[in-house]
Amino acid sequence: MDYLLAFLVGGTICALGQLLMDLTPLTPAHVLVLFVCTGAILSGLGIYEAIVEFGGAGATIPLPGFGHTLTSGVIQEIEARGFWGIFSGVLENASVGVVAAVVVGLFISLIFNPKG
Amino acid sequence: MAEKRVGRNTIIFSQCPSFVATATTVGKKEGEGPLAKYFDQVIQDPLYGESTWEKAESKMLLEAVQKVLQKANYTFDQIHFMFSGDLLNQLTASSFAAREIPVPFYGLFGACSTFTEGLALGGMAVDGGFAQRVLVGASSHYQTAERQFRYPTELGVQKPPTAQRTVTAAGVVILEQGGPGPYLTAATIGRVIDMGINDPMDMGSAMAPAAVHTIVQHFQDTGRKPDYYDVIVTGDLASVGKNLAEDLLKKEGYDVTDRYTDCGILIYKPDADTQAGGSGCGCSAAVFCSYFYPLLQEGKYQRILLVSTGALMSPTSYQQGETIPAIAHAVAVERDYPDGVG
Amino acid sequence: MGKLTREQEVYKRWANARKPRPPLVRNLIAAFLVGGLICTIGQFVLNYFLSLGMDTKEAGGPTAAVMIFLGALLTGLGIYDRIGKFAGAGSVIPITGFANSIVAPALEFKREGYVMGVGARMFNIAGPVLVYGMATSWLVGLVYWLIHK
Repeated sequence: MDYLLAFLVGGTICALGQLLMDLTPLTPAHVLVLFVCTGAILSGLGIYEAIVEFGGAGATIPLPGFGHTLTSGVIQEIEARGFWGIFSGVLENASVGVVAAVVVGLFISLIFNPKG
Repeated sequence: MAEKRVGRNTIIFSQCPSFVATATTVGKKEGEGPLAKYFDQVIQDPLYGESTWEKAESKMLLEAVQKVLQKANYTFDQIHFMFSGDLLNQLTASSFAAREIPVPFYGLFGACSTFTEGLALGGMAVDGGFAQRVLVGASSHYQTAERQFRYPTELGVQKPPTAQRTVTAAGVVILEQGGPGPYLTAATIGRVIDMGINDPMDMGSAMAPAAVHTIVQHFQDTGRKPDYYDVIVTGDLASVGKNLAEDLLKKEGYDVTDRYTDCGILIYKPDADTQAGGSGCGCSAAVFCSYFYPLLQEGKYQRILLVSTGALMSPTSYQQGETIPAIAHAVAVERDYPDGVG
Repeated sequence: MGKLTREQEVYKRWANARKPRPPLVRNLIAAFLVGGLICTIGQFVLNYFLSLGMDTKEAGGPTAAVMIFLGALLTGLGIYDRIGKFAGAGSVIPITGFANSIVAPALEFKREGYVMGVGARMFNIAGPVLVYGMATSWLVGLVYWLIHK
């Protein structure tokens, strides 16, 4: 069941992205930025948490999920440390992903060459 | 002075320069297209044994130059000028190839219109008596253009159906005084036209008005009608731009439908994942050199009007939201020496 | 950008009306299927980490890391761009697409050196995502702090 929900929710989020790319002049880069920001805001409003509970990885794997990860860290840290949590929280939960992206990206580029 | 010009923008050559030979080197995808059998050389690997794609593009141009000299049986010493251009920043594909070519060199940038720009200038140098013999070339390379103008090649993005694929190709010709033909008989130099298109993924729409302006100017200047030519070929309007150009020409009172084609459409198979078709300096250069030139030599065509089209934008200009200025230069190539000239 | 003249406006509208549209239904289906599939794989990875006894919160990071690795590897192998041609947003929006957007320029600019090529260009496309994502969550946090504290 959780697989089916992940498929449906993830697929829907991606189809929304496709709508934006095909029907507006937005480039993929613009859509990515828009989605991460939307995720961060929906998370602040408490909405994204509900989507995650429903869709599991279908909500966390698409980029709005990354926005949610950023904001959820901020809120967590504000609760723990107050004002300075606004700063320390941004990468609280997201650091695994960001560091993985940098390190893996670097190593992959050492090993492979572009095929063109 | 007067007899070499007609109308506003057209040159009529008085000692029509003759084509002596052509040579082409193209990439794998182009070598799998409908024109495969016409190319002199098809490279399978976009790196072509080099360490960078940019070096590969230079090497393709250099080898096309060596090939054309070999075909015409000339040495570098017998060539007075070389005119060449490409799409890379500061024309490195051409000028780096020219490091190995001991011939006075003009680097040209007319984006994808470079080939006919070179032919017009080369023709003037020969007709004017400033050179006995010149080389004219142009090159482009899918990967070098893609990374400069668009996205890294490994990025997984879809392209809109209006996008075009930069052709991996180099095409080179030799023009000389008093050869056996075909002959370069006229050239209409285009002016920069900007009709407000700002989508770099839709260059056909940006360039079509420039092509139409040049073609109409050519007919007005020379008093010719479309049926003077067996075929009218634009450089790289591809399917989107070609449709627009046909209709714009009709609006101007010239119906060219039965004799009009485009190099960007000819070079790829229709299902080759190239969206609207090919583009790039090498597109019209390679298609003319490999396909139309032999047809003129064999007499299948008597006269063609080649109109290479260029979109004059840079990555900086379109990121700054500028619209895309375009240009097109037309050259008339005829099998027989025209009457009443020379 | 200067204002367009009337002639330019007319041409632009005419040309835009005639240009071919992307095959929307086909693209939506492809994006839905591939995007859904990537998320299903993500769910599988997530369930694996949950089965190790992590809670949902703890398992999020490792799941993201595994998916990033997969996206990066497929990019290095020259496969992800082909998936992307088929799937469009279906492979751009998932975090594997984020990895692709980092590795693709890193590979591409390797020939310009490891510092100014790989290092400087790696976040060409993903950089804006981090910049605006972090700034937005910071702002959301600020608002949250103002309201709740």
